[in-house]
Amino acid sequence: MSTRLAKGGRLIDRTKTQGFSFNGKRMTGFAGDTLAAALLANDQMLVGRSFKYHRPRGIVASGAEEPNALVNLGSGSRLEPNQRTTTTELFAGLEAASQNHWPSLEFDVGVANNYVARFLPAGFYYKTFIHPRAAWKHVFEPIIRQSAGLGKAPKDRDADRYEQAYAFCDLLVVGGGIAGLQAALVAGRSGARVILLEQTAHWGGRAPVDGDVIDGKPAEAWVKDALQALGEMQNVTIRNRCKAAGVYDHGYVLADEKVADHTPGDGRPKHRLWRIRTGRIIAATGALERPLSFAGNDLPGVMLAGAVRDYTVNFAVSPGDRTVVVTNNDDAYRTAIALKEAGLEVPAIIDARASVTGALPAKARAMGIRVEAGRAVVKVKGGKRVTGVAIGLQAGEGAVLDEIGCDAVAMSGGWSPVVHLWSHCGGKLIWDEAQAHFRPDPKRPPTNHDGSAMVTVVGAANGALTAAAALADVAAQMGGEAKAEAVEEAAMEPVWIMPQGAGPALKMKMWLDYQNDVKVSDVQLAAREGYTSVEHTKRYTTLGMATDQGKLSNINGLAVLAQSLNEGIPQVGTTTFRPPYTPVTLGALAGEARDEIFQPLRRSPIHAWHEAQGAYMEPVGLWRRPYCYPKAGESHEQAVHREILNTRKAVGMLDASTLGKIIVKGPDAGRFLDMLYTNVMSTLPVGKCRYGLMCNEQGFLSDDGVVVRLTEDSWLCHTTSGGADRIHGWMEDWLQCEWWDWQVYTANVTEQYAQIAVAGPNARKVLEKLGGMDVSKEALPFMAFVEGHLGGLPARVHRISFSGELSYEIAVPASHGLALWQALIAAGAEFGVQPYGTEAMHVMRAEKGFIMIGDETDGTVIPQDLNLGWAISKKKADYLGKRGQERVYLARADRWKLAGFETLDGSVIPDGAYIPAAGHNPNGQRNTQGRVTSTYHSPTLGKGIAMGLIRGGLDRIGEVVEFTKMGGGTVQARVCDPVFYDKEGEKGNG
Amino acid sequence: MLILECPYCGVKAEETELSPGYEAHLKRFGPGSSDDEFNDYMFARKNPKGVHFERWRHAYGCGKWFLAARCTATLEVFGTYPAQSSEPPADLVAKIKAKRPDWSGYK
Ligand SMILES: [Zn+2]
Repeated sequence: MSTRLAKGGRLIDRTKTQGFSFNGKRMTGFAGDTLAAALLANDQMLVGRSFKYHRPRGIVASGAEEPNALVNLGSGSRLEPNQRTTTTELFAGLEAASQNHWPSLEFDVGVANNYVARFLPAGFYYKTFIHPRAAWKHVFEPIIRQSAGLGKAPKDRDADRYEQAYAFCDLLVVGGGIAGLQAALVAGRSGARVILLEQTAHWGGRAPVDGDVIDGKPAEAWVKDALQALGEMQNVTIRNRCKAAGVYDHGYVLADEKVADHTPGDGRPKHRLWRIRTGRIIAATGALERPLSFAGNDLPGVMLAGAVRDYTVNFAVSPGDRTVVVTNNDDAYRTAIALKEAGLEVPAIIDARASVTGALPAKARAMGIRVEAGRAVVKVKGGKRVTGVAIGLQAGEGAVLDEIGCDAVAMSGGWSPVVHLWSHCGGKLIWDEAQAHFRPDPKRPPTNHDGSAMVTVVGAANGALTAAAALADVAAQMGGEAKAEAVEEAAMEPVWIMPQGAGPALKMKMWLDYQNDVKVSDVQLAAREGYTSVEHTKRYTTLGMATDQGKLSNINGLAVLAQSLNEGIPQVGTTTFRPPYTPVTLGALAGEARDEIFQPLRRSPIHAWHEAQGAYMEPVGLWRRPYCYPKAGESHEQAVHREILNTRKAVGMLDASTLGKIIVKGPDAGRFLDMLYTNVMSTLPVGKCRYGLMCNEQGFLSDDGVVVRLTEDSWLCHTTSGGADRIHGWMEDWLQCEWWDWQVYTANVTEQYAQIAVAGPNARKVLEKLGGMDVSKEALPFMAFVEGHLGGLPARVHRISFSGELSYEIAVPASHGLALWQALIAAGAEFGVQPYGTEAMHVMRAEKGFIMIGDETDGTVIPQDLNLGWAISKKKADYLGKRGQERVYLARADRWKLAGFETLDGSVIPDGAYIPAAGHNPNGQRNTQGRVTSTYHSPTLGKGIAMGLIRGGLDRIGEVVEFTKMGGGTVQARVCDPVFYDKEGEKGNG
Repeated sequence: MLILECPYCGVKAEETELSPGYEAHLKRFGPGSSDDEFNDYMFARKNPKGVHFERWRHAYGCGKWFLAARCTATLEVFGTYPAQSSEPPADLVAKIKAKRPDWSGYK
């Protein structure tokens, strides 16, 4: 059994007991424990079930690489799935629950998958997706859905807050082991601005566990001194519990600081996401130990040798009373020695190497530990827990020579440098034959803006695996003096399959990827089925695609693939390392961007009035605009209909302040606008307004609006509400990059003015009541404007109409917007004035057959398609989009063109409905001949009206066509003129 | 996230302050151009692995468009210069040639 030892544990405080629960069972641990250590101390070795076969799984590792021991942490508004117990710090009251089991961890029905494992080989999903289809739908999918999924998605709102911060430095050192500490010391002494990050709560990495001696001091003391020296440097910032998640272009690093994971609810942000810009990155990220591939290597109780040592030394937790060590290198002997020194039994060390000679094996032998050279674990015995190992020859095929009883197995297949930060931005790797791992190729680093190396890798991450080698590496690359006492280690020997001649029965039980249940046999199957690329094999088998991203499995998997393909490992290569190193919670990425500050909001100067009136607001870009102003007891639809009828019969008011307003001024402004718009703007007389269209260079409609000639050399261009910034950018693009010799200035004054539309038969009376300006038909005819004072406010009043009614659009400086609005409401009371919202505006413009950018256009529509040929100058030699519109296929007679539609039964055509045509296309889909673009119930006409694009357009007036309905059926409509209301335009002209 | 120095205001701008404008030094083909010329102007974009000239706008800064020469593979930035340039400045071309002897030129 796994248990807490009576003494020892360098990271725990035995005076502080902390109660916690696992699957509802009360347990206790000590301050300083990780959740994994505390679970082991409570003999909870079984912590989860695997994804595919629901095999019982125990804790394997002691750090970020853990594939098995993932839990649902917390509950309710603090529930987080897939939390690694090995990196979760224990706190009093912690609640954890195991995942991926049903109905219970101890008894799991899905384990039946284990017995049908041979029917669920690699590529199972792909194969069954294809055929038989019926089996997929009725058999496989229900089973997979039932058994799939790690963790539970939280249902409640996250109770915590997250924040983001920026930091800048010359040198970012990642990793607080001895190499990182020494690198920070050297850099700090040079005067550089240094930030040092460590992902765990503790400094020093493996050296204190391994008992290294540095500069004549025990590693623990050296680390303490280093931290003190760094703390005294003003130019150095150190931050623990802070993981560098990813390296991006030009020294940009995202780091996730777990501020309050271990103190939930204390008021601090749970995480702080650091956005760091650094001159250079020093990656001292260490190495991860690899498992060995022997049958049953996934049973609870089989752990990494380094992890067994960590639990014993750091937390005084023994994974078992009798631990067999199995290895291909000397380092694992440290585990055997540590266990023995803790008073535990090590029945044997199974060493795959034929000859075992190093200093560490000598020490182990001297302690009386049996060392079996040239031997392999043939299989691990046990069900939910290890009970023993069968051993044989590593060179053999699996004949059992001996069996050894044990309750834990510590395995080591060698160490792989953590090269993620080197690789994120394209740093290349080389295969180190001697240590059987990939390490950074210093000749091919990721580069910075100036072409220099952006990342430098030091220590174990650079393949310098021992303390002495790691510090020598720092000294060689960065300078400095620190030295560790060398402990001689003999060469390791790569072992990818144990025993090397194992047959299929054994290989089906050799796990590569624990979380995704990928075995040696799966990778070999993929190779047999023709998957020769490592990237394809990864996707076919799902090797390395789980939440641990293959930290333990990738090298072993590609070595097996290389063997199956009879190729070298470097030829097969690795899959791509992508950020983040370990998952970053979405809350940290969102930071404070939630609720009201999720995104910036734009409010018109009249916004508060709308809200006070209970307007129902809708987003329009970043603006919030009133959709309608429902009265008590009114539905939105009823409100919209009332607003339309009131505007048509009396007078309505619309807050049009969001309309884009761009001033274009200068000697060449007219010439410029003639290029920008499809029609001529240079000839527009001062005091007049003209509707204009803008197209992109392909000729497709991009924006529309009314252009106003303010003075001899200045124009005001109205754009759509969502288009102001885009169109202003578009103007600047052409002025700065193409016609830079033209003398034109632009200014986006959208927010400088409030604009109010007063529309309806009584509109003139309302303005006259305010007084101060002649707004008669003679003084201010349709498509003209005047400037002056209205009700005492400086105003520019335009006679333009989007509703089809007699309409004035009044622009005043934004600061007067609310005053004007209130004055109009007061003045208009006796004339029946009511505000109307965007939906009423949309319906009224549709009744008039006016197009809306984004409804009638979708980036593939030219003005000619919308019968807007009248707004295109035939005389101009050039305008943006003219050449594009000359492309032959845009002149084809069978293009879909705008027409109106009225349903025969008066109903409303569904949004997005298509008009089917006879026959099917090559994909077996129904052919189409048109679609609806705007569709509403018109309260003015008392029936459904629509605009749409149909092959042949207005040529088909009178024809009855069918629109599809959601969920089947059709609705019949007659093609008609899209102008449904006041075809002669008498009202707007009045 | 790239950092590009705006040649107008001198700010070393982070990518979030910039908007991309794709390939630089395109020649506009309007009315009177052939179908092939217009097609190339509209759609035939270079996509080199290596030296590339791009348009960027300091959108959340001074608002100016500028041009940048950078390596799409290593992200090395060779230089930035005003958009009002018909071709890359000679010193920039010389600098790129020195760093990338195999480079075939910007056209
Ligand atoms: Zn700038």
